Amino acid sequence: MTRIVIDAKNMHYTPLNKLIRQATHEGATEIILENIMGQRFIGDGLTGDVKITINGVPGGDLGMFMKGPTIEVFGNVDHAPANTMDDGDIIIHGASGDATAHSMRGGKIFVRDDIGYRGGIHMKHYMNKSPSLIVGGSARAFLGEYMAGGLVILFRLHDEKPYAEMGLGSGIHGGEIFIRGKVEDWTLGVGSSAHEATPEEIIRIKPLILEFSNYYHIDASYLLESQYTRIGPVNSRPFAGKYTWE
Amino acid sequence: MIIGSRPTKFQVRIDNNLCMLCGRCADNCSYGVFRVDDNIIHINSRFCVACHRCISQCPRDAITIIERPCDYRSHPVWTAQVKENIFKQAESGKILLGGMGNAAEYPILFDHLVLDACQVTNPSIDPLREPMELRTYIGKKPKQIEYRQTPEGDIDLVTELAPNLKVETPIMIGHMSYGAISLNAHISMAKAVTEIGTFIGTGEGGLHEALYPYQNNMIVQVASGRFGVDVDYLERGAAIEIKIGQGAKPGIGGHLPGEKVCADVSCTRMIPEGSDAISPAPHHDIYSIEDLKQLVMSLKEATEWKKPVFVKIAAVHNVAAIAAGIARSGADAVVVDGFRGGTGATPSVFRDHVGIPIEAAVAAVDTKLRKQGIRNEVSIIASGGIRQSADIAKTICLGADTVYIGTAALVAMGCRVCGNCYRGLCPWGIATQRQDLVARLNPDEASNNVKNLIDAWTLELAELMGAAGINSIESLRGNRDRLRGYMLDQAMMDVLDVKAIGA
Repeated sequence: MTRIVIDAKNMHYTPLNKLIRQATHEGATEIILENIMGQRFIGDGLTGDVKITINGVPGGDLGMFMKGPTIEVFGNVDHAPANTMDDGDIIIHGASGDATAHSMRGGKIFVRDDIGYRGGIHMKHYMNKSPSLIVGGSARAFLGEYMAGGLVILFRLHDEKPYAEMGLGSGIHGGEIFIRGKVEDWTLGVGSSAHEATPEEIIRIKPLILEFSNYYHIDASYLLESQYTRIGPVNSRPFAGKYTWE
Repeated sequence: MIIGSRPTKFQVRIDNNLCMLCGRCADNCSYGVFRVDDNIIHINSRFCVACHRCISQCPRDAITIIERPCDYRSHPVWTAQVKENIFKQAESGKILLGGMGNAAEYPILFDHLVLDACQVTNPSIDPLREPMELRTYIGKKPKQIEYRQTPEGDIDLVTELAPNLKVETPIMIGHMSYGAISLNAHISMAKAVTEIGTFIGTGEGGLHEALYPYQNNMIVQVASGRFGVDVDYLERGAAIEIKIGQGAKPGIGGHLPGEKVCADVSCTRMIPEGSDAISPAPHHDIYSIEDLKQLVMSLKEATEWKKPVFVKIAAVHNVAAIAAGIARSGADAVVVDGFRGGTGATPSVFRDHVGIPIEAAVAAVDTKLRKQGIRNEVSIIASGGIRQSADIAKTICLGADTVYIGTAALVAMGCRVCGNCYRGLCPWGIATQRQDLVARLNPDEASNNVKNLIDAWTLELAELMGAAGINSIESLRGNRDRLRGYMLDQAMMDVLDVKAIGA
């Protein structure tokens, strides 16, 4: 167990990522980044099973293409954390920006507070790899658009009104979205459909509810006993039937 | 039945005096035109697409295919194609799709440009006896270099050079995805470019492991669907290309239908078998030129700044300004795909009506980058309708560093440009995933054909350059003085920055 602390004050992202790579290469199992302020691409393309703790506010594309590591952030995160991420975990003690979990294909990302627009857009699963985006707060419009697989859970912890953002799951052709409470009908995008989550479906997402509660010290029983809406694709071929051949 | 039956597009005839009833036509036709029954070959011409597979296999030259044996009343506006499109859409209410590139009859600018040759005042060069430099480098070039002299008298370069691709001939093969074309087609072309020392794109379909031996000559593509993209894939490529758009369908995404996503395609794209592979119209993490810069940088960071990153766009009206933005995004090359670029399937309204030809686009991009003093920041790769070596020479004179060919490489493997790629029944084993059809394309033979084509065009380029008294491709690049416009209007010649013939 090797622990390394890097002070990133005024450091550009390229030398920072070089230091992170070098540390993991030399066998570090835990890296602590202090004074992070807007550095993009932290952990970009990083492989292995290192744990990175970030104190501060990382810039865009946190953990992009990442394969394996765990990143825990004590602060907010700019846009597109877990972009095209392959495997690993990101735990954010704060909020995150637009396109969170964009095109994610594996691993898990937990966000304690809200996420921006286009969360979980085009997430996809394949074989035993399936990505999960779990959000304690709410999400802006276009959540889960073009989703081809994976799982999005929105707890909306501080809001009891029905979810009311447009373009929910438009073009979704795989995967599923769970939103605590009710969802206004008009929010549903083309190709998505909603129903009240069944007890079996809630049991399926129980491990992720427990994991979320554990990270943020939230009473799991409250979340487990809540009512959820499940949004999924009408079918796996949203564009079939739109075309004819010349 | 309001509209009823339309005339067959093709009529297939077999000359019974020549036919020996071997049945090869029936065995080879994947569209079901022929049926052998009781020593008679029955023909259903309606299924014929004029792919010529039967003709290529007939040992007796007994087959003839006639286009539009029964015509409509001729009319310059209401042509047969216009009417048939209306029939289809009146019956279906759907968007029309077609295969291959632009099928509308626009004038081809290449055919209105002529090349120069030396006479008397400057000597031409014979490539047989003089070295001819066709090698070029794709990527950023420094504006200036700093160096220092060592005490031993050697020169050390102080400036850090950006990674470049060394290309032995300015002919590369563009991106066609595995899924759109077969694995054997990919292997054949990848093998050819590896032997030549040039490059091929993977398309947005991931990289099949059978292509790993050729990965040093492959450019991996990152498109809006991010199919098959992980850090391992990025590291395998010689360069990475972000696909923003494509000449055959500017502004729209792509949909690989579920029925083409077989087990192997599913594996390289990393999506479930039988699921539609949908590439959204934009990259949803790129909504601006600043976002593009972020994606370029993220790819460089992920691969530790060891690989050039290209950005491919469709040639549209503002292509020059867009390319100037790309040149400032940190990208190493901009790929400009003209409106004659090919595809497996595209809405025909886009294929035929959206975008501009590559000749004008390349000239505009090169001029803009030079005017802004940033031409060294990016190489220009031109594609979309490159049919012959003369087109390549003209494209380079108009400012491109290299070209991507696509359809031409498929034609070298037998493709007859029948335009039915989307049906997945390609009898040449190119645009299909049906194993019995894929097996018809022998990668050893086909790669030889592709290699021959690129070799032949390289020889012709050397001859054209020698005739113009030029011994290096670098001296041909952007050399508008070696081009003249033939029957082009002044506005067009201003865009191309060429003079008229005789001037």
